[in-house]
Amino acid sequence: MPSLPDAAMPDAAALAQRAAAEQAHDPHLADVALKPAFFDWLCRMGDNSLILGHRISEWCGHGPALEEDIAQANTALDLIGQTQMWLGLAAEVEDAGRSADDLAYLRDAMKFRNLKLLELPNGDLAVTLMRQFLFDAFHFELLTALCRSSSPRVAEIAAKALKEVSYHLERSSDLVVRLGDGTEESHARMQAALDKVWPYTGEMFAADGVDEAVAKAGIAPELSELLPLWQRTVAQVLSEATLSQPDRDFAAQKGGKQGRHTEHLGYILAEMQFLQRAYPGASW
Amino acid sequence: MTKKEWPLWEIFIRGQHGLNHRHVGSLHAPDAEMAIRNARDVYTRRKEGVSIWAVPSAAITASSPSEKGPMFDPAESKVYRHPTFFDIPDEVGHM
Repeated sequence: MPSLPDAAMPDAAALAQRAAAEQAHDPHLADVALKPAFFDWLCRMGDNSLILGHRISEWCGHGPALEEDIAQANTALDLIGQTQMWLGLAAEVEDAGRSADDLAYLRDAMKFRNLKLLELPNGDLAVTLMRQFLFDAFHFELLTALCRSSSPRVAEIAAKALKEVSYHLERSSDLVVRLGDGTEESHARMQAALDKVWPYTGEMFAADGVDEAVAKAGIAPELSELLPLWQRTVAQVLSEATLSQPDRDFAAQKGGKQGRHTEHLGYILAEMQFLQRAYPGASW
Repeated sequence: MTKKEWPLWEIFIRGQHGLNHRHVGSLHAPDAEMAIRNARDVYTRRKEGVSIWAVPSAAITASSPSEKGPMFDPAESKVYRHPTFFDIPDEVGHM
């Protein structure tokens, strides 16, 4: 039956804790030297899905067609669900008494580690879909590699998320092709969207000390390994969509992973965190 | 610019335990492939199904509601058409 969006399960936290207690032993969780990098990297994973999930949830009730509206909301909910797992593990690794909710609702913008690409305003549906596709293509390769992580906890989350993200990629690439190779107007809008978000995509592959540390521990892949895979998917879909890859630096906009964000993130957090800030500990 | 509506599709879903596809509702989609995708997003978000059929609504021929009487009422007084008047031997088991 058609129905309202899923409500969060009231006992999700308890279920997650119980599941965590049954987890496979993960030596990385006790590695003190690795802890700061591992925590930061998990925040990047969780913040990416949180901020993109929040962004596309903004379409809820505003989609161009009921079917597209629900599809966007489903994707948003998938991503928020993944956030719960990534930030839950981040909180465990940090071991400072914070929960996934604390990390999501009580950190300030400079402590957020998401890619700048994902905090950009939705713009029109072309921008939303193009951003989604370019991220999905990266997210898919990253999660595929993470299924072979030396950390069993990371591999478990990746395996669960990969099923959802495989569908996200299938859907977004299909829509990029349909709209790119559609009418004159849809083509023009998709090309404009691609030109707009392109300089933000290189940040996905820009490795720093944190990426190097988790790669060295075998937790995550080298980001440079993912680049050719991403390029192949992007080139293939864009060519089918009759869109041309912008002839400009794809890594002009970086810094989100280190906490240097665009002004847009502050507005997202203001809306997302208001309730917990105004009424600490509120629940329903 | 005139806004063109996508064509309507009737969606049938086979549930986890069901043997038959059942009609669950309808939706709009530009083509069959997207009808299946949209049906996935609209009708199977709570794990309702394992298989989806999408049929163009225009391809369905319906009986006319105004002919309800002549179409269906004559069957009303013919309970003997139900196969409930036979004793089924135990050996047959579930039928």
